[in-house]
Amino acid sequence: MSLLAISDLKVSIGGKEILRGVDLDLRAGRVHGLAGESGSGKTMTGLAVLGLLPHGARTSGRIALGERDLLAMPAKELNTVRGGEVAMVFQDPATSLHPMLSVGRQLTEHMRHHLGLDKKQARARALELLGQVRIPGPEGAIDRYPHQFSGGMRQRIAIAIALACSPKVLIADEPTTALDVTVQAGVLRLLRGLCDDLGLAVLLVTHDLGVMSAVADEVSVMKEGLVVETGPRGQVLRDPTHPYTRALLESLPGETS
Amino acid sequence: MSPTSSSEDLKGDTARRKPGRSGSRSPLIRFLARRVLTALLLAVGITLVTFVLTNLVPGDPVSANLGQRALGDPAIVAQWRAEHGLDKPLPQQYLMHLQGVVQGDLGTSQQSHRPVMDDLAESVPATLELAGAAILISLVAGVAFGVVAALRRDRLTDHLLRVLSLIGISVPTFWLALMAFYVFFYRLQVTPGSGRIDPTMSPPPQVTGLYTIDSALAGQWDVFASAVGHLITPALVLALYTIGLLTRFTRSAVLEVLGQDYVRAARAKGLPGRVILFRYVLRSALVPIITVAGLAFGSLLSGTVLVEAIFAWPGVGQYAYKSATTLDLPAVMGVGLVVGGVYLVINLIVDVLYGVIDPRVRLQ
Repeated sequence: MSLLAISDLKVSIGGKEILRGVDLDLRAGRVHGLAGESGSGKTMTGLAVLGLLPHGARTSGRIALGERDLLAMPAKELNTVRGGEVAMVFQDPATSLHPMLSVGRQLTEHMRHHLGLDKKQARARALELLGQVRIPGPEGAIDRYPHQFSGGMRQRIAIAIALACSPKVLIADEPTTALDVTVQAGVLRLLRGLCDDLGLAVLLVTHDLGVMSAVADEVSVMKEGLVVETGPRGQVLRDPTHPYTRALLESLPGETS
Repeated sequence: MSPTSSSEDLKGDTARRKPGRSGSRSPLIRFLARRVLTALLLAVGITLVTFVLTNLVPGDPVSANLGQRALGDPAIVAQWRAEHGLDKPLPQQYLMHLQGVVQGDLGTSQQSHRPVMDDLAESVPATLELAGAAILISLVAGVAFGVVAALRRDRLTDHLLRVLSLIGISVPTFWLALMAFYVFFYRLQVTPGSGRIDPTMSPPPQVTGLYTIDSALAGQWDVFASAVGHLITPALVLALYTIGLLTRFTRSAVLEVLGQDYVRAARAKGLPGRVILFRYVLRSALVPIITVAGLAFGSLLSGTVLVEAIFAWPGVGQYAYKSATTLDLPAVMGVGLVVGGVYLVINLIVDVLYGVIDPRVRLQ
């Protein structure tokens, strides 16, 4: 069943067309990889879903979350979807967590806002979440600040924050790009596991085809604001039909599995 | 998923820190203790600097204080020098001075023939009241204007505030003080004249030395009204420069923070705009703002000398001017000490605020 359906999404900023009609379909329990070079519009697609595009961006098309169109939604209602039903993990956890707010604060504030939990309930849920993303010693971690954690730990915390209100859709924008290679695998495995366990629909934005081949179920390839190829991972990565996909694959060092 | 799958990035954190919550409180106290200790050392430095600078002044306090006939009599001169400890070598004089300072004795003013401490006890609160009111006004107005300008970037409000803050920064304080006095007191007669309260009233019983607070504490509301009325014009005049400065700095600080990833992440969490502004944006922006506010307080203190002169405000500025022109060395040293001390306290406050606002400062 399709949870989030993007159809004919067009975005222009200052008269420049960034997205030229993107179609994507996210399903529960599936990781949908979105690949493409820088500037192809991958990140913009992710931001458009949550209405986080830069000021002055004009959009058309439809982003359907169930029956509702996120693009046509009033700002106030969209704010209940953000963090509630659709959550996002950003590229660099060093900058996407507020350096002066404790982990517990950043984990609980939107829970209290969206779910109406009191302090105690939110804290209990936060501890549970930290355990779920495999932060050692959640009791001690919750009162610490982002700078006291390593990069991989920070991204796990960011994922815990995204999961806090039990969203149905998770948009992960290059979640491993800023991490050490040794740490990347752990974070990817975590994402995959959460997707399977919680039945999340994940949109994994990445330029890294290696990452893609490791976790994605479906793969879409973007170029210049258009999706040029979509299909199951095996088919797209092994037997690409579009010349651009082939070029991307050939640019990899060695062979992809 | 096996628990060892991500052991690489689990290790880094646990190895570095002890678990448990006990570590969260004591670092702040350690941080505070370190700052206070530094401040104390600097205070000793200030006494040394004021002492040396004052004694370097090419002027002889003897000739400034004794009459012509007394100056002709070497015995009287020697006696006067001995009385004031001027016959001892400088290092010893400094130690005597330091000993006095520790005991709260700043010597006797050669001009007023009263202990410098008593003179300062009268003039310092007056200046603190004026400068404190000015910095309060500039913080509230400057930060509010700056935030509004940033949120309304490139719109009419932003442009208007830009013009206003530029005016505030460029208009000389003494000219503004004269104009305010002339227009509001002499022409329009909407503000009371010079001094700290109406001359027919007697000052409230001294607790803090700040008339506004003391009169409120004593419940003398007519005196309170008069004190506030007298305070508001010079404080506004003094504040205008800092308001302009803080507006500009707050605007750019807020704009910079608004572009940060964590603000976008906060939006992605669906937090209401006001929570994002106060919890996420202002907290970060406060760090550069308090830095500038601390520096601005310094410029504000030097501005008081002129404003005090024009509004006949009996503060440190007037006292410093008088004692400097009469080579009243104990008084000059006393003023130097007080002004240095105020800077020290302001810097200490700014440092402590950094630690309170930013956990990265206190949890090194």
